[in-house]
Amino acid sequence: MSAPLLEVRGLHVEYAGSGILRSRRGTVHALRGVNLELHAGRSLGVVGESGCGKSSLARVALGLVAPSAGEVRWDGWTVDPGDHVRMRRMRRELQVVFQDPFGSLDPRMTAGASVEEALEALEGLTDATAVRSRVAAAFDSVGLERGLASRYPHELSGGQCQRVAIARATVVRPRLLICDEAVSALDVSVQAQIVNLLADLSRQQGIGLLFISHNLAVVRHLCDEVVVLYLGRVVERATREALFATPRHPYTQALLAAVPVPDPRVASRRATAAVAEEGSPGTQPSAGCAFAPRCPHALDACFGRPPGLEAAGGGSVVSCHRWRELAGIA
Amino acid sequence: MRSTPGSAEVTGATVLAIDGLRVVFDTEQGPVQAVRGVTMDVMAGECLAVVGESGSGKSQLFLACLGLLAGNGRALGSARLQGAELIGSEERGLASLRGAAVGLVSQDPMNALTPHLRIGEQLTEFVLDRGRMTRPEARGRALELLRSVGIADPETRYDQYPHELSGGQRQRVAIAMALMPGPVLLIADEPTTALDVTVQAQVLDVLRGLRGQGLTIVLVTHDLGVVAGLADRVAVMYAGAVVELATADQVFSAPRHPYTAALLEAIPRLDAEPGARLAHIEGQPPGSQERLQGCPFAPRCAFARERCRESEPRLEWRDGRASACHAPLPGGWTP
Repeated sequence: MSAPLLEVRGLHVEYAGSGILRSRRGTVHALRGVNLELHAGRSLGVVGESGCGKSSLARVALGLVAPSAGEVRWDGWTVDPGDHVRMRRMRRELQVVFQDPFGSLDPRMTAGASVEEALEALEGLTDATAVRSRVAAAFDSVGLERGLASRYPHELSGGQCQRVAIARATVVRPRLLICDEAVSALDVSVQAQIVNLLADLSRQQGIGLLFISHNLAVVRHLCDEVVVLYLGRVVERATREALFATPRHPYTQALLAAVPVPDPRVASRRATAAVAEEGSPGTQPSAGCAFAPRCPHALDACFGRPPGLEAAGGGSVVSCHRWRELAGIA
Repeated sequence: MRSTPGSAEVTGATVLAIDGLRVVFDTEQGPVQAVRGVTMDVMAGECLAVVGESGSGKSQLFLACLGLLAGNGRALGSARLQGAELIGSEERGLASLRGAAVGLVSQDPMNALTPHLRIGEQLTEFVLDRGRMTRPEARGRALELLRSVGIADPETRYDQYPHELSGGQRQRVAIAMALMPGPVLLIADEPTTALDVTVQAQVLDVLRGLRGQGLTIVLVTHDLGVVAGLADRVAVMYAGAVVELATADQVFSAPRHPYTAALLEAIPRLDAEPGARLAHIEGQPPGSQERLQGCPFAPRCAFARERCRESEPRLEWRDGRASACHAPLPGGWTP
């Protein structure tokens, strides 16, 4: 197999505590030794709850935050912010769509100008005819009427703004699109449109997706493979089929159990919340497995030492002392 | 526990009767109707979910009942809480009403909690200010409520500040605070939207427990998923009007309004075929400035006919359920 398009090795990201908290809590470890890879044209879901480090992962991949340890490789090249030529190329090949469709567009720029700007800035394309035809094609591909090009963000709906953001990201023909909670702020009926659009773009144009989301059901619709993060660590990685059919990590199981089911017959039969409350702010982390304090299956041993990532068959990896036992595998 | 959904109607007592309620905002572009004539009853002991997407008017409807509309908003029509008119009554009367008779829980618990006051002070402030309880009584009730919403070690939490609690704990405290004066109605407006999915499940458990104890709850949400398993009845809103009102079972298993059906289909589900396309609704809800003609959903509706584009259907009751559609889906239709 060819080299992965995006490869992350032993990634650590730390933020200095800010303000009055700096002295008390010190450094915040957003990511603690994350490995992952994404091949061209594939879609990888990164799931986890707030504070799991999923957005830090996006920022590092985009070169917006420098890792405190570990490395990021783009198409085999170790990302080096000092190498302006390669960085420039990577910035074109690697695009991002954020959660807030209004906040990610310049309010003083029309939808068309936003998309044009990306072409000019990243491809240096200035020929008016060429720009116009590329922008029109981008509008078509995201299902936006060309007539909306003259509108400003405040004149567009949330779904339309998100389409403009996707047009802006895809007009430069990227190889990977990072979606950081890109559909979370949208209404359900519009969310479905954008999820289908991303699936189409990925399939038709061969764009890889790094889809960061807290919504497992959306990830299931869109991603070939899924990584589950908990407090900055990968706790499970599996193909879509394996993760949803046989989730191995108790945290993955808890996340799946917590997804609301839109069916009263199922919902009323369900057991109540499967995991303990998240820790209060400032709670001392466990010296062992980070999930142990909330885990319904934790034993004393789980608090003693952190579990490593183990192969769990079918290309899956899981980080749990008890996964074999819980899965009924001797 | 109630045995059959909708049986709240049998027990009879109406807690909140909303009749022809309209909410109008005066804007630079002229008046905008956010709620266009809503009539619904909230029955004693039931959990009524009011579901809609952004701009459907679901939140403004209840903010209007509580006199909490923004300065340029006006409420017209009627909303009676246990017979007492809420619309157009004096601001002072409303303030004491919404503090005591109606508890409100909103999306962000930090809005309900004051950062520099201890949890115990916030919980007891209202009842102590009004001389409704002595300090030991108030403390006792606060601790009991904290326990009932699943706060472990309430004595410790009582003396802590909001920032010492997690997001889920804060929302539990906000619920306890809304319950302190012993309200007859709890309005929960997107109570779990800002929470992580595992925490959301816990807060929904708390609401389910309160419903089991007989509390009347209005759950305002955009998420049909959180409604299932909690709501007895569901009102679906679109473009400022109720388009369907029925028991939760009816809404989920046999929606009559095409919008309800389409909304149900658009929800990403864990039991769907992996990698399958989502059923989506073309277009988007009408903007607040848009002039409506005919059924507001018609431009997006797969079943729309000529008549739908000409006249807006009224909410009509049939077989104990209501829908506002010229061509409702047959009862046995399932998504």
